[in-house]
This record gives sequence, structure tokens and C-alpha cells, in this order.
Amino acid sequence: MEPGRFGPYGGRYIPETLMSAILELEAAYDRLKGDATFQEELNTLYTNYASRPSLLTFAENVTEDLGGAKVYLKREDLNHTGSHKINNVLGQCLLAKHMGKKRVIAETGAGQHGVATATVAALMGLECEIFMGKVDCQRQALNVYRMRLLGATVHPVESGTQTLKDAVSETMREWTKRIDDTHYVLGSVMGPHPFPTMVRDFQKIIGREVRTQILAAEGKLPDYIIACVGGGSNAIGIFHEFIGEPSVHLVGCEAAGKGINTKKHAATLTRGSEGVFHGMKSIFCQNEDGQIDEVYSISAGLDYPGIGPEHAQLFATKRATYVPITDAEAVDAFTYLSRKEGIICAIESAHALAYTMKLAPTLDKEKIIVVNLSGRGDKDVAAIARYQGETLYE
Amino acid sequence: MNDRIQNAFSNGKAFIPFVTCADPDISLTEELVLAMVDSGADLVELGLPFSDPIAEGPVIQQADERALASGFKIHDLFTLIERLRNHTQIPLVCMTYLNPVYRYQKDRFLMSAKQAGLDGMIIPDLPYEEQGEIKGSCKTHEIKLISMISPTSRERIITVSKNSEGFLYCVSSLGVTGMRASLTDNAKEMVELAKAHSNTPCAVGFGIHTPEQAHLIASYADGIIVGSAIMNIIAEKGSESVQPVSRYVQQMKQAIMV
Repeated sequence: MEPGRFGPYGGRYIPETLMSAILELEAAYDRLKGDATFQEELNTLYTNYASRPSLLTFAENVTEDLGGAKVYLKREDLNHTGSHKINNVLGQCLLAKHMGKKRVIAETGAGQHGVATATVAALMGLECEIFMGKVDCQRQALNVYRMRLLGATVHPVESGTQTLKDAVSETMREWTKRIDDTHYVLGSVMGPHPFPTMVRDFQKIIGREVRTQILAAEGKLPDYIIACVGGGSNAIGIFHEFIGEPSVHLVGCEAAGKGINTKKHAATLTRGSEGVFHGMKSIFCQNEDGQIDEVYSISAGLDYPGIGPEHAQLFATKRATYVPITDAEAVDAFTYLSRKEGIICAIESAHALAYTMKLAPTLDKEKIIVVNLSGRGDKDVAAIARYQGETLYE
Repeated sequence: MNDRIQNAFSNGKAFIPFVTCADPDISLTEELVLAMVDSGADLVELGLPFSDPIAEGPVIQQADERALASGFKIHDLFTLIERLRNHTQIPLVCMTYLNPVYRYQKDRFLMSAKQAGLDGMIIPDLPYEEQGEIKGSCKTHEIKLISMISPTSRERIITVSKNSEGFLYCVSSLGVTGMRASLTDNAKEMVELAKAHSNTPCAVGFGIHTPEQAHLIASYADGIIVGSAIMNIIAEKGSESVQPVSRYVQQMKQAIMV
């Protein structure tokens, strides 16, 4: 198989102007991924800056309440900056430094990836510019300020639907303007090769830790691993270690918004079709003319009309299954976890928990579910209050 | 065989205007193309509106948005070409992102396009390495797949140039489409290298909008491509844009003839 392909999916469908940058990145990554010094630097950052390994918490109250399988939570919410995004950003910024780049640019939806990029840019002394849909800037005003506080410039994107997909398009456009000294820190396992592979490699530490932790706690592998999917980086991060373990079921939860039978959803694998967009062949929400759909989710981080190519392939080969979760189900799960375990998780991660709440009661008590709690929910508190009819003054 | 594209470059330097289909509506696009042909255009690029045109600056992004809001569908492109072919044998190439072609199904798209009278395709998100996606189908349907090179292509210039067909689209400068106040002369070296290896003419696009820029670039290139400047007139004048666009095309054609 040619590099950068997952079955028919993947590839690099980008303007000629970006090809040299992509080839340069691929060569640098190929060189450094096997380099002991680079890996050691990265591992030190994971341990001493990001606070890895993240905990695997047994959710005792949830397990008891649901009355079925044991539920464990992989606590990516406890990482520095509050989500799994830091794993990838540390890797890419370190790579950018090794490549001699002085400036990083990135898209962000909910702001998690933007905050992580601004944070690591501050740490490593890189100039940083973040592109964020204007609508998302309003939804996540606190994160916008947080990025500025960290020294980044935030550009509100006013084109198209003013959300994540437009932020990605605008960051790609920005990259074509200034390539020599600039690295694009793409935030998910999507876009042109080598991003889907490289970002997965930086995220697969999540699954590797889970293997060690669950073997220590239970002496066996989990039966189910459940994660939310937008572009799909936290899901690939926790899935990858277990793809070769047929007894481990992998479940991705996509955003069904107001329902998959409405136009207000972002359920790419449930409702989408094959296409080529944002540099990759994958599955997208689009119309019969190949125009990309406007998608919707209460979660700005899942509000994206496509999915990473490796997920498209896991879906096509049925190695993983993907289920739609509505806003209402996610908000219920968000509240439920807060009350049962004292953990306020990201609304993205609440999609994974919502499916766990359906699945666990149907399984025997000796079965084990690991849920990837990809981020913490502080950023979502105001939006959830609004959803439930309350206005907060932050 | 299909040699309309070659004809475009047989009478001196070619002027190649770009127009987004169906901005503000498809009947105006037809009028505009015919008027541009009368005003000296040698080849016309028809932009297929796309929801997320990642290589375009704001002017063409907004043109695409207006076109889609007007209800543009892919089959309207084929109808437009058929109607144009009742009046003109000007070479016509379609500038489109890959996804509409892919989703419509490439053979269905290319067969309809060929039957209507299309000569070539320019796909800005299909670099040389991924051309296999559609190259065979283009050959089957006798539609030229036009390649692009840019100032960052470096050693790739030779490979891409050697394999070009129709003409070679040379991107003048970094960045997306749109009018640039000043254009550096980086394109010259790239075009000269490309011409040394290509059997096809080399046309330069991106950023060009003044007669002076066109004149300068025409001293080393075989053709000049202009999009945003034309779409800017259309954005301003709407249904009254045929005359100003014609005048602009005349002016630009003249600038590259002298």
C-alpha cells in the first residue's frame, strides 16, 4: 500500500503550492520518528509538561448505577490544557522546531486545539496564529481570550459557515501565503498525508497507556473502547493499540446534533458519502453535487463535515463501529457524570459517555468498557447552561 | 482530436479570462463569455462553484457563494457549454475542485462535459502525484487535464512540465487567487525552466490584474490568466457587468499584444 493510504482513503489532495511543504514535512517526520533523541525529548515533555501518563479511573458509581459492565474513564481531561490535544501539539511543535520553523498556525473549533497550540508555542518560543470560525469565537469566548493571554493572535474566520471547516480552509490558505518559516499544526487525524498518520502516532500513547493500566487493574484487555469522533484524533489515539486485538470492540460516537433525520447534525459516517476534501479522500456530509454540507452539533469540536481517513477505513472494514449521539443525549451524559463521579467532562467526550450509558446495562458485570474522556468541560459550562435555559455571566 | 486549446496559443500571447459560472446567474455567464470572446479572449476558464474553495481568495469565494445561492447545479455547466457551442469554438476549460467531479462520478461528469464541448479541466486540489485519480478518464473522454506549477515546486517543475497537456498553469506567486498590488518577478525563472521541459504552452495566473503586470509577464509567458479582477467587476456591477468586463478584456488583450 502506498504511504498515506488507509485502503482507498487518505492521499494528499492539495494545491501545488503546498506540495513542497507537505513533502518536506513527510521527510522530516520520517527522519525524526525513529530518532532516539527526538523521542526522548517528546517523552520528557509528555511526562514533565503534559502530566502523562493520564489516569485510568474506575467509575465505581457509574458502574453500580448502570448495573452492567465495569466502566473505566481514560482521563485525558487531566492533561495540561485540559484535553488530549496537547499530545499532538507537543509532537508537532517539537518537529517544527527541529525543522527550523519559527511560526506555527492552526485551526480550532472549540478552542481546545488552539489553546494547546498557543500554549506549546509559548513554551517553545514560536510565533503563533490561530484561525477560528467567528461563530465558534462567540461560542467559546473564554478560549479566545486564553489564546491571546498565551501570546497568540486569533483570527476570526468570516467565510462560509464560520465554523471548524472554514477555520481549516482558512489555515490552509494562510499556509500557501507563507510556507518557508511556517508549520501548520493540524489538530486532528485528517488532512493530507502525512497528517493522519503523524497525528495518530502522536496520539497513540493514549491506547498504549490504557493497555498497561487495564492489565494492572483487571488482568485482561477491555471488551469495549468508546470515544467521540469529530476528525477523530482522540478516538484513533485510544483505538490504535487495540486494532490488532479482535476481542476489543471499538466504538466511535459521532455528533447527531438535533437528530440524524434532521439537517442539523454532523454524523459523517452515518449520513455521509465518499469524497475528497481538505486534502484527503474520506467520507463527508455533502449533497449529490459534491457541495459540502453545513453541519451542526452543540459541540464545536465535533461540528465538522468529514472524518479522518483511517476511521473511514475502520468503518468500511467493520473493524470499528460508529454510532450517532444527539445533543440531548450528550447533555444528559454531561450532567450525569458531573453528579455521579464529580467529573465535568467536555461536551465532546460526553457523546462517548452517552453511548456507554446505553451499552453498559446490556452487558454482563465482568465485561469492561473504557471510555476516552478526551477533555474537561469547563469551556462548556456556559453553553450547557444556555442549552438548559439559563444565562450565565462569566 | 482536440486541438482547440492549441489554437488559443497560435496567434501570439493568449489572454485567458476566468469566470465563475452562475454568478449572479447562468444566463449572464453565457453573455459574459460571448462578450469576452468578442473582446479578444483566446480561451475561457469556467469556474465550477464550490462550497469550500481552498485555493481561492475572498473575491472568488464570494462569487462561489453567490452562484450556489442562485441554485447552480452541475448539469447547468453542461447546458451552458452546449449553448456557448452554438456560437463559438473558443477553447473552454473547467476550473473545479475534485470533490464535485468525484461525487458526480468522474466518467459521468467527463462524458457530459465532452459531449457539451469542454476541452480541458483544471483541478487545483489535484497535484501531480494524485492525477491518477482522473487521468485515465480524461484520456478516455478526450479532455485535457491541465497541470499546475508554483514558485514552491522547485525540482517538481521538471516532472510536472514534462507530463503537461493542453497548457501548463504557472501560479505566479505564493498564496491564494486574488489581485496583488505588486507581483515579484519570481515567476520568470519558473516559467523559463518549465518551458525548457514542457511541450505545451505556459500560461501564468494568480494575482494579475493590471495591463502593466500582464504586459510584463507576457514578455516571457505564453498566456495570461485573470480571474479575480473580472469577478470583482461582476460583484460590483452584477447584470450591468457585460460592458465593463468587455472593455477590461480588450484592454488586457491589447497589453499583451504590444
